[in-house]
Amino acid sequence: MASHYEAPIRKPLVTGGKSYHDVSVDIVNAVEGKANKQWWIVFSIALIMFLWGIGCIIYTISTGIGAWGLNKTVGWAWDITNFVWWVGIGHAGTLISAVLLLFRQKWRMAINRSAEAMTIFSVIQAGLFPIIHMGRPWLAFWTLPIPNAYGSLWVNFNSPLLWDVFAISTYLSVSLVFWWTGLLPDFAMIRDRAVKPFQKKIYSLVSFGWSGRAKDWQRFEEVSLVLAGLATPLVLSVHTIVSFDFATSVIPGWHTTIFPPYFVAGAIFSGFAMVQTLLIVMRKVSNLENYITIQHIELMNIVIMITGCIVGCAYITELFIAWYSGVEYEQYAFLNRATGPYWWAYWSMMTCNVFSPQFMWVKKLRTSIVFSFVISIVVNIGMWFERFVIIVTSLHRDYLPSSWTMFSPTVFDIGIFLGTIGFFFVLFLLYSRTFPVIAQAEVKTILKTSGDNYKKMRDKNG
Amino acid sequence: MGNQKKYWKSELELSSCDNTIDHLKNNEFIDQLPTDSFLSDKNQLEQSNTNRRDFLKYLGFSTAAATLASCEGPVNRSIPYVLQPERIIPGLANYYATTIADGFDFANVLVKTREGRPIKIENNIKSKVRSSANARVHASVLSMYDSMRVKAPTLNGGETTWDNLNKSMISLLESMKDNNKPVVLLTQTFASPSTSKIISDFIKKYPNVFHVVYDSISDSKALDAFEVAYGVRALPTYDFSKAKYIVSVGADFLGDWQGGDHDSGYVKGRIPERNKDGKANMSKHIQIESNMTITGSNADKRIPLSPSQQKIALAKIFGYVSGNEVGGELPSKLDESLKKISEGLKNAGSKGLLVTGIDDVDAHLITHEINELLNSQAFKKDELSLIKNSDDKKITKLIKDLNKGLVKGIIMAGVNPVYTLPNSKDFISGLSKAEFSVCFSMKNDETASISKWVAASPHSLESWGDNELVYGKYNLTQPTIRPLFDTKQFQDCLLDWMGSSQSFYEFLKDNWQKNIIKGSTWNQVLHDGFYDSETRPVLKKQIINPLERAKSLSRSKSNGIELVLYTKTGLGDGQQANNPWLQEFPDPITRVSWDNYLTISKKDADQIGLKNYNVANGALDSNYALITVQGESLKVPVIIQPGQAEGSVGLAFGYGKTKALKKEMQVGVNAYKLYKGFNLSQNVKLESINENHEFACVQLHNTLMGRGDIIKETTLEVFNTKSAKHWNSVPKVSLNHIETPVTSPDVDLWDEFDRSIGHHFNLSIDLNACTGCGACVIACHAENNVPVVGKTEVRKSRDMHWLRIDRYYSSEQTFEEDIETKENISGISDSLSVFGEMEKPADNPQVVFQPVMCQHCNHAPCETVCPVAATSHGRQGQNHMAYNRCIGTRYCANNCPYKVRRFNWFLYNNNDEFDFNMNDDLGKMVLNPDVVVRSRGVMEKCSFCIQSTQAVILKAKNEGREVKSGEFNDACACAAACSTGAMKFGDINDKESEVTALKEKDRVYHLLEYVGTKPNVFYHVKVRNTDET
Repeated sequence: MASHYEAPIRKPLVTGGKSYHDVSVDIVNAVEGKANKQWWIVFSIALIMFLWGIGCIIYTISTGIGAWGLNKTVGWAWDITNFVWWVGIGHAGTLISAVLLLFRQKWRMAINRSAEAMTIFSVIQAGLFPIIHMGRPWLAFWTLPIPNAYGSLWVNFNSPLLWDVFAISTYLSVSLVFWWTGLLPDFAMIRDRAVKPFQKKIYSLVSFGWSGRAKDWQRFEEVSLVLAGLATPLVLSVHTIVSFDFATSVIPGWHTTIFPPYFVAGAIFSGFAMVQTLLIVMRKVSNLENYITIQHIELMNIVIMITGCIVGCAYITELFIAWYSGVEYEQYAFLNRATGPYWWAYWSMMTCNVFSPQFMWVKKLRTSIVFSFVISIVVNIGMWFERFVIIVTSLHRDYLPSSWTMFSPTVFDIGIFLGTIGFFFVLFLLYSRTFPVIAQAEVKTILKTSGDNYKKMRDKNG
Repeated sequence: MGNQKKYWKSELELSSCDNTIDHLKNNEFIDQLPTDSFLSDKNQLEQSNTNRRDFLKYLGFSTAAATLASCEGPVNRSIPYVLQPERIIPGLANYYATTIADGFDFANVLVKTREGRPIKIENNIKSKVRSSANARVHASVLSMYDSMRVKAPTLNGGETTWDNLNKSMISLLESMKDNNKPVVLLTQTFASPSTSKIISDFIKKYPNVFHVVYDSISDSKALDAFEVAYGVRALPTYDFSKAKYIVSVGADFLGDWQGGDHDSGYVKGRIPERNKDGKANMSKHIQIESNMTITGSNADKRIPLSPSQQKIALAKIFGYVSGNEVGGELPSKLDESLKKISEGLKNAGSKGLLVTGIDDVDAHLITHEINELLNSQAFKKDELSLIKNSDDKKITKLIKDLNKGLVKGIIMAGVNPVYTLPNSKDFISGLSKAEFSVCFSMKNDETASISKWVAASPHSLESWGDNELVYGKYNLTQPTIRPLFDTKQFQDCLLDWMGSSQSFYEFLKDNWQKNIIKGSTWNQVLHDGFYDSETRPVLKKQIINPLERAKSLSRSKSNGIELVLYTKTGLGDGQQANNPWLQEFPDPITRVSWDNYLTISKKDADQIGLKNYNVANGALDSNYALITVQGESLKVPVIIQPGQAEGSVGLAFGYGKTKALKKEMQVGVNAYKLYKGFNLSQNVKLESINENHEFACVQLHNTLMGRGDIIKETTLEVFNTKSAKHWNSVPKVSLNHIETPVTSPDVDLWDEFDRSIGHHFNLSIDLNACTGCGACVIACHAENNVPVVGKTEVRKSRDMHWLRIDRYYSSEQTFEEDIETKENISGISDSLSVFGEMEKPADNPQVVFQPVMCQHCNHAPCETVCPVAATSHGRQGQNHMAYNRCIGTRYCANNCPYKVRRFNWFLYNNNDEFDFNMNDDLGKMVLNPDVVVRSRGVMEKCSFCIQSTQAVILKAKNEGREVKSGEFNDACACAAACSTGAMKFGDINDKESEVTALKEKDRVYHLLEYVGTKPNVFYHVKVRNTDET
């Protein structure tokens, strides 16, 4: 599938004059080497956060949802905000690996592995929330349409929450298969290099007996293509369905037809920002600057900028439609968002999501590592606020003014959120030390077309 | 190593010749298992169908079955009756007619009992006197199951026996009598003919005994006034349904004014029923008052005035009505209004009525005089109310005598003077000078705890008794359960102490049969609960010189700020302060629960530096006011009250108790301390204290924001002259650019379900008839086992009430102007500022009450979103909630436009964190066995009392008949409790039923109709009589 020619004006995607062997060594370095002090520090912090989160979850489950700041009017707040935020982050992975694969974007090869890992890990975080936000989480399996002894009792197929169950589980399983398929040749490479018997054993298990025969490669390519085809609709469907949780309701501020595309754009936006955050650190720590180049960062910044514009456009459309609808409840809901007691959340969202990506129009800024990193963080904060604004500001002042109230989080709300961040980083840090973080087999396929030494060679020799 | 050890089992093992051990050993397994023979028989083995796999299957199955069988499910031990009591059928309720008279609340009620336990109070509608129970009466059933009750008589704090107490008392009383030492009998107003007879017999036997009647909140001045005018110490009654023009000066007659119970009569005149020519009529109500009361909230015109100004206003009204000049300074605009009001009264003539709550003899006298001048039909001076009989002068004298050591013994019943007296310190020091004190009390309260003897008393529901609440109209009190504890009634003890062999029950029955019942039987009267005789009081009209009195009233002046003491709907005089239902009951006006507070106008608050503010989770806070009355200071939290008259502040009685109540209930401040000279209005000094107070308020937003389709209202004039389209239009949506009513099936996304078969329940709520009294809230609480969550949880907006009564203030002068303001908004910047302004209520706003419960939408938004279908629609129109299926996603609550769903954030029963009635065995006896107690993590909400509607259907089925028309009317607890008829429940498929007729009225609308939820609850447009003539 890789073309054997790349135009000379294209910037090389692999720098540093790498040979095939160099690629193998660079990527397997983190797996074969020992963790440095920084890794242990970061890992310890993440682990403590994770354990703290588990503590908060155990407390909540053993005493009741009342441990959180929710009330009779605001029935969802940080729980579902975090859920949508994590699902959104989980979007970039599939988009990069599936959609960019179909579009033959080779720059994805350096980032797809980590993006997909991030997807899986963040979907795991996301999946926690719908379960723990239940009043009786031990009955969570009732949301599955399994035959039961209750006679004709069945799940309610009208409920968007049920659609979520299917959407998220499908997404998680397809992403996992896609990710693992891509990992097979890389695992095999580590297996072949491994000298310790235990390591060899493990990597031979996880590489599913990859032999490197031509037939293997052929099947690999085919499966990748088929899975990419399967996963592409999922990119659109998952967040569309998540947005249905709100769009199909009757609450002003939720009941909006624009939600599906708006949520998908927002998800890609936040997903790319998270990939950016992770890879900027990783390329430095794991010495992968030659694979994840400024060129990659710039391209991701462009995606962030475009999706940021789409999201901004959606925000403005929402306001316009609220005014244009002539429905007083809609109008008030949006007026209240922007100027009510939660104005600060709305304007944080606006600043982070709409204004900050506009800096990316400037080439100097979008090729600056530090600036990209800062913006990527800002965007993720903004996207968290977007979900908070949608959920809390719509609920806290809905139809009857008598039930209007406010929400404020408790230590358990905050603890669980931090816990999922900790859990995410625990997984990601473990991944970075045990998995090939760059799809080296794929990178090798473009080495001779897009490696800087080969490009130079071609320039010189024609 | 281990197997080397040999354990000695018996000394017999030492003796080698004794073979007992061997013998036993051999006998342990007599037969060897026949494995060898079994396995060697190949033939048989091959013939068997049971192969190895089957064997494993059986083994697996039986292991699993045995394991499962050993997991024991929860065992509920129920003990059947050995001898089934007559008339008690498990599962069926029995009703008993009785009367609740605790000295503050008086009502004829029916008590619902299940398996011998009283669980709910209902109105005894057959009785024509005081048949409407208020919120406190409804809650009183829980006060019986109060774990803090005194369980046996005590002497100096230690438990004793009744024998001991009676013997000591008889010898004490005898010796006191012999030495002629005065003994005082201090009691509540019993209004009980038999008790009066016992007391007079008792005094006959012990002539040294004096009887003093003491009501914690006295109507002494009103009683004095009536005595001066008519020669009888009693209160007149009022039939508000006869009045077309009602003027109240400071009388909260829909609240506790003169014992309450005026609402049903009042509401009769307030519903605009169209007569044959299509014109409707309703009474006009003008309220002049200081505090914002539910009466003022229901008035067509409300004039906030401080108490001293009220006196001048009343004098002026007298002047204008009688045609005399009385003087007095009032702003000219106000004077104009008073002239108009007086004109209105005169025009109404005998259909006019003036009432007053000014705590002043002259005020009452001239009010009676005005009603006499008008010849008011509503003023029933010959139907005397006997429920209040306290005389302030006698109490004052008693305290003096006590302190002088003149009173040697005191017997108290139904009173708690240490808590309720403003000068309780004097009382305490006086009490210590008496040789003995006996306190008949249900609680070891402030007074009981310093009395020598505490005579444990039964609750009304455990007692016998009789009442004459209105002259010549008698009621009976009968026990509905055997006394829970070792208690004795006051009357029984008096009988004992005077050496009578009769029990109070025998005495009562005897007395009734001999002196009261004529033409009926004891059993019949006991069944009905009431007996009306034909006797009427003899009044002697006295000359009272009203003009002089009016003139003296008109000279009243105020020195600074005036305090108006009042009682709240929830706690009243405070005797039920340990009742969690009442503590959690939100005040109808402020909607604050678990507190009393100083109500103050915005202007005064700003001047003094008092403020209300909301914290991050929305909860309401305030700083404190230091309020000083004649040297007595109290630190009180503050609520800025729209409609509070400038120069006046309000504070409620009933809070600040410290004894005999759980820690959670020890809230508020004791306003009795400021009840100086038993005067309800006091001159006070106010200062602000910079300390934070946390409120638990269930409604944090006070105005309607111009949302006219939540509460529709119009004026009587528009109602009479314009078609319903003008004042009750159905919202429209655009369908292909054509305006289509939302009720049209064309704009409906749903398939219509055939609801013409079977029952289809609807609830009608008339906003004109709802006074906001809250009896329905408590009735719902009792019927549906709604948990109490406590102050901190209510503060977090987690109250569990299935039924709430929303209260809105207008932000302009009227709600109509609110809508105009909203519609005149132009441009974005205007909307920003105007909506901000609309969040603030006006200084003297219009008020409206709206009961909201689950609307039982036929197209319910909650039903579609539940992933496990835990909430779904019933064939009878109810929106069901299957608690057992609920997994607690709260999606339904989020998607409910009415926000009526309540989530069990914690476990509210059997949990020490929520130490209310569902946490102790006694308190749990009040639970309705027909309604499940919800566990943590599930959603709950109004069910239209499905247990009761089903009970009606089952009853009909058992009797082999169809459900009779109107049989469902009292099925819903709220509708049954509503004494004004604001709520009517029934089956709209029954064409005869009241609710079907109500649904056809042109005032009908649905809440948030435009959302298209098609609710089964409908409201009636509120009509205000703003006609100025």
